[in-house]
Amino acid sequence: MFELAPLILLFPLIGLLINLIFGDRLNERFIGLFAILASTLSFVIAILQWRGLEGNHHQAMTVKIADWITSGSLYIPWEMRIDTLSVTMMLLVGGVGTLIHIYASSYMHGDPRYKRFFIYLNLFILSMFTLVTANNYLMLFVGWEGVGVCSYLLIGFWYDKGGDDGVGNARAGRKAFVVNRIGDFGFLIAMFLLWWATGSLRFDEVLHWFANHGTNDVLAIGGASLTVGGLATAVGLLMLVGVAGKSAQIPLFVWLPDAMAGPTPVSALIHAATMVTAGTYLVSRSAPVLVEHGPMALQTIAIVGALTAFMAGTVAVAQNDMKKILAYSTVSQLGFMVAAVGLGGFLAAYFHLLTHAFFKALLFLGAGSVIHAMEHGHHHVHDHHDDHGHDDGHHDDMAEGVNHDDFDPQDMRTMGGLRKRMPITFWTYMIGALALAGVFPLSGFWSKDEILLDAWTIANEGNTYAWVVYILLTLAAIFTAFYMTRQVFLVFFGEARSEAAEHAPENPPAMTGPLIALAVLSAAGGLLNFPFGHGFFSHRLEHWLHYTHAYFHAEKFSFTVALVSTACALGAIAVGWMLYGRKTVTDPHAKDVLEKPLGPLWNFLQGKWFWDELYDATIVRLFEWEAKFLAFTIDWDFWHDWLHDSFIGGIWKTLSNVLANEVDRGIVDNTFMGWGYSMRGIANGFLNRMQTGFVRNYALSLAVGVLAILAYALIAFAG
Amino acid sequence: MFLQVLTATLTAVTFFPLLGVLVLLFVPNEREDTIRWIAIGTALITFVISLVMLGQYNAADPNMQLEVLLPWMNFGGGSTIGFHLGIDGISILLVLLTTFLIPLAMFGSWTGITERVKEYYIFFLLLEVGMIGVFLALDLFLFYVFWEFTLVPMYFLVGIWGGKQRMYAAIKFFLYTMAGSILMLLAIMWLGIHQGTFDVVELIAKGGIDPSTQRWLFLAFAAAFAIKVPMFPLHSWLPDAHVQAPTAGSVILAGVMLKLGTYGFVRFNLSMFPEASLHFAPLMATLAVIGIIYGAIVSYPQQDVKKLVAYSSVSHLGFVMLGLFALNEQGIQGAILQMVNHGISTGALFLLVGMVYERRHTRDMNEYGGLWTVMPVYGTLMLIVSLSSMGLPGLNGFVGEFTILLGAFGSEALGSNIYAIFAAAGVILAAIYMLTMFQKMFLGPVTNEKNKNLEDLNWRELVVIIPLLVLIFWIGLYPAPFFNLMGASVDQLTASLDAVTAVALR
Repeated sequence: MFELAPLILLFPLIGLLINLIFGDRLNERFIGLFAILASTLSFVIAILQWRGLEGNHHQAMTVKIADWITSGSLYIPWEMRIDTLSVTMMLLVGGVGTLIHIYASSYMHGDPRYKRFFIYLNLFILSMFTLVTANNYLMLFVGWEGVGVCSYLLIGFWYDKGGDDGVGNARAGRKAFVVNRIGDFGFLIAMFLLWWATGSLRFDEVLHWFANHGTNDVLAIGGASLTVGGLATAVGLLMLVGVAGKSAQIPLFVWLPDAMAGPTPVSALIHAATMVTAGTYLVSRSAPVLVEHGPMALQTIAIVGALTAFMAGTVAVAQNDMKKILAYSTVSQLGFMVAAVGLGGFLAAYFHLLTHAFFKALLFLGAGSVIHAMEHGHHHVHDHHDDHGHDDGHHDDMAEGVNHDDFDPQDMRTMGGLRKRMPITFWTYMIGALALAGVFPLSGFWSKDEILLDAWTIANEGNTYAWVVYILLTLAAIFTAFYMTRQVFLVFFGEARSEAAEHAPENPPAMTGPLIALAVLSAAGGLLNFPFGHGFFSHRLEHWLHYTHAYFHAEKFSFTVALVSTACALGAIAVGWMLYGRKTVTDPHAKDVLEKPLGPLWNFLQGKWFWDELYDATIVRLFEWEAKFLAFTIDWDFWHDWLHDSFIGGIWKTLSNVLANEVDRGIVDNTFMGWGYSMRGIANGFLNRMQTGFVRNYALSLAVGVLAILAYALIAFAG
Repeated sequence: MFLQVLTATLTAVTFFPLLGVLVLLFVPNEREDTIRWIAIGTALITFVISLVMLGQYNAADPNMQLEVLLPWMNFGGGSTIGFHLGIDGISILLVLLTTFLIPLAMFGSWTGITERVKEYYIFFLLLEVGMIGVFLALDLFLFYVFWEFTLVPMYFLVGIWGGKQRMYAAIKFFLYTMAGSILMLLAIMWLGIHQGTFDVVELIAKGGIDPSTQRWLFLAFAAAFAIKVPMFPLHSWLPDAHVQAPTAGSVILAGVMLKLGTYGFVRFNLSMFPEASLHFAPLMATLAVIGIIYGAIVSYPQQDVKKLVAYSSVSHLGFVMLGLFALNEQGIQGAILQMVNHGISTGALFLLVGMVYERRHTRDMNEYGGLWTVMPVYGTLMLIVSLSSMGLPGLNGFVGEFTILLGAFGSEALGSNIYAIFAAAGVILAAIYMLTMFQKMFLGPVTNEKNKNLEDLNWRELVVIIPLLVLIFWIGLYPAPFFNLMGASVDQLTASLDAVTAVALR
């Protein structure tokens, strides 16, 4: 069973190679089919690994593929680790990945880069599986950066579209990659520390080393000495830098909202369900190290996560772009997960990671369905012909800013009333939205509750920071329920506020099918770790993940916490309904009801707290200025032109002219005349003059050099 | 005896290109395709000979192998100069890199060079002799002869077939490198006279130069090598030479000639002057780290794509220097691997830039934009090579960079991990300038009319790039064979360096 594990990497590789090599000769149907097949087969392998573990007393297995880096005592193989944690991720990536492949095969229909899209998607699946199956930090890092590249490529998939004269999407891709690299810098340094301390980057060996050392033991790395506790804290904080990049936390989250420039299935798969959760995975892998030796790092992680959850939640309240709300919502929910791992609530984090993957993928795909339909409606009205396929131009409108006719299919102000026209999308979206809002008994209720419960429990043990976390997360949960209510009312209820919305059709089964599947998962996902009783579902996830390490642990269900969060969610929904549901707005240009009462606060939220503006005005601007100053003023004008050419060159010229004209004309010249004449044949006048001049100088310098050496030798021998 | 020397593998691999030169002399100038095939054929046979050499090489043996030794001349005072060639784990990869890149660069010049074809290929083959000679020479005098000899063909390659300011660039290149070499020559003379031999192996075995003298000798050798690398702040010749050189010239300049400098540091400075190396390690590492960051920042705002790649070399070679002066296994092994990686990735970058230059005759990135739409295959290859150059895991550059940084982070000789931390920041900067380059040239809409009908790569261009691409993936995914080749020799070197470090730290 376990020897089949490498196939999970091989299938997507084969899939992408087939499409890469033969894709030009295949039609869409086969391209999509091969890609879906590759993803499905990997999913099957993931299921087999799961069954394998069940039949193996959940004993972790390692499967070595090949040697990789072997330099002296540094030994890092390509090796997979099959344990309950990695299999959980495999099932998630394989399952959700396959659903989204199916959806995309219809969504991307008619795009001229259809083949390229599915090559990227399979490459992503490959990288993501590399990330979650790795048995050491460095192989995990390969997947970590690999998914980053896929993200870069897919955000910039329509690289000739977007704002800024058509480079907006490309810029968004670059931004994502560069910001993630800042995070990777932290990850890299963390690995250096771990290797020099423990002599290994294998998960089990690193954990074993830490288990055998006391927090106050002292060790030396490269001349500096530090304690094991200091080491673990440093590693934890450096990992946090990596997590802030990949899982979009303050202060590096700014790439994720821009990443929505990519096609919607990408947003669902990469930027909601799988890649962005890698940070949670990384910290969970290292849990014992941090819990035992670096609690300070964990507390920092918790605070960062909670602040992110709160900040992004407030931003989502004031956006009009359907996908942007989901993007900020994702940042916020990732904040929940990161806060949870920071609190030591690894199980709660994982539970939420899974349910969030279901309902956020569902919401994104639902949003994609709406956007797709809006575009069709728009074309139906404006082109006066019924196009069943997309025409190539439709994606122009996907990115903000470039709209040939000022039509933005993602702008909720032009939607409304879609509930009747798109029933499947509507009902599934409702389930996703309620799950996200944390309404009983949908999945989000259970998982979010478990995070709040952890915060609550630790806070009641007398930890102030946990109170801060609990309050911030509760506020974030209130905002979550509110902005989802606002979105659902603006999109699906009321009357259509544009002709496009009036003519928006429901989408084909390849798109609605995955919606239904994800809706079922979003509704029932809470059963994964049902907190009561002793049945099949009771504490299922906890027992399962417990086999990987003992820190996957849940607190006992608390009705207080559940009631408080339910009251908050229902209250926020009620307010949302009062503001957006009671009165039907028909004018797409009407101001938001909150715009007036909130005033500048609204602008602040709509401006996304002006993070981008802040970075542009400081770091980006400073870098641009500094780079230009170094490159043009210092390196070129001063160092290259002045010092070398004018100053040193001038001295050389003067000196050599004096020597050449006064000293050696007639002596050395004659010797090299032959050279000079032969060169004349192949060179033009200018070249000729320069070369003979040069050769003269060269000869002269050689002569001087030889003389100097001879003189030195004489002195040396004499002395 | 003489015949044995003549037929020895290392003699053959060094001087076989001369045979091609000899044949070319008798081919009429007009028969350009014949000339090209003879030259490329010669280079390919040289590559095959180098593979034979690889077959004869025993990776487990840390010492010099396949040695060729012929007494050459007597210098006054009993010092002998020998014709001494040999190969070990430090040089073998670089020889293979040279013999591998030369035929590709020649093949890549097929359509780019249409004037004075014969002279061009003759100079190219002569250059190959010089470069292989540098890597194989084990006698300081012989080494110096090869070292200086490489300048001449490169000078003409830049000066005759280069861009608008070719003469300026060629002269600058020549003078700049000469200036450093003179100091090295003095040090070589001193060693020959005082140690009684020019033989590198003997000199290393003998040791015993007192530390303060070592420092002077170290600096004299370093002057020559640091200019060649080039280390910050001695890089001023590089952008001129790279920008003005013809494509294949840039490929070889970046791919191999810069490594003559880094190789010199390992072979001579680290091996012959270990105490001085330890003494200067923090200084060298500081300059290396400044080079990494400075080179990367300065690359970013360049308009000229060749200049961007040239400055990026300053950054990449900074990694190599940092690894070398970490003076431990990981640092040095990573550095040697990174020399190869840089040769492959930057070589490929220059080749790719040359391909679009042949179509559009401009290196100004603002003239491009949206090329990926027009030339999809070209764009994809450029993307992969760019990712390799910026150290994406799974591709070659990462393996070298990671190993170097890891080594530097815990280096006892450096005594601080601050070098590695700053150097790792260079990884962020690399992403910025490479992706900006890619964006400017390949992404966005096609705005310039002149770019709308460019042809994608033809088979000849693909033949040149694909071998490089194979290596990019090979080294990235399975570098074990490469590490194995150098392992034993580097272990031996680090063992002696460790002994010195242990004494110094006591």
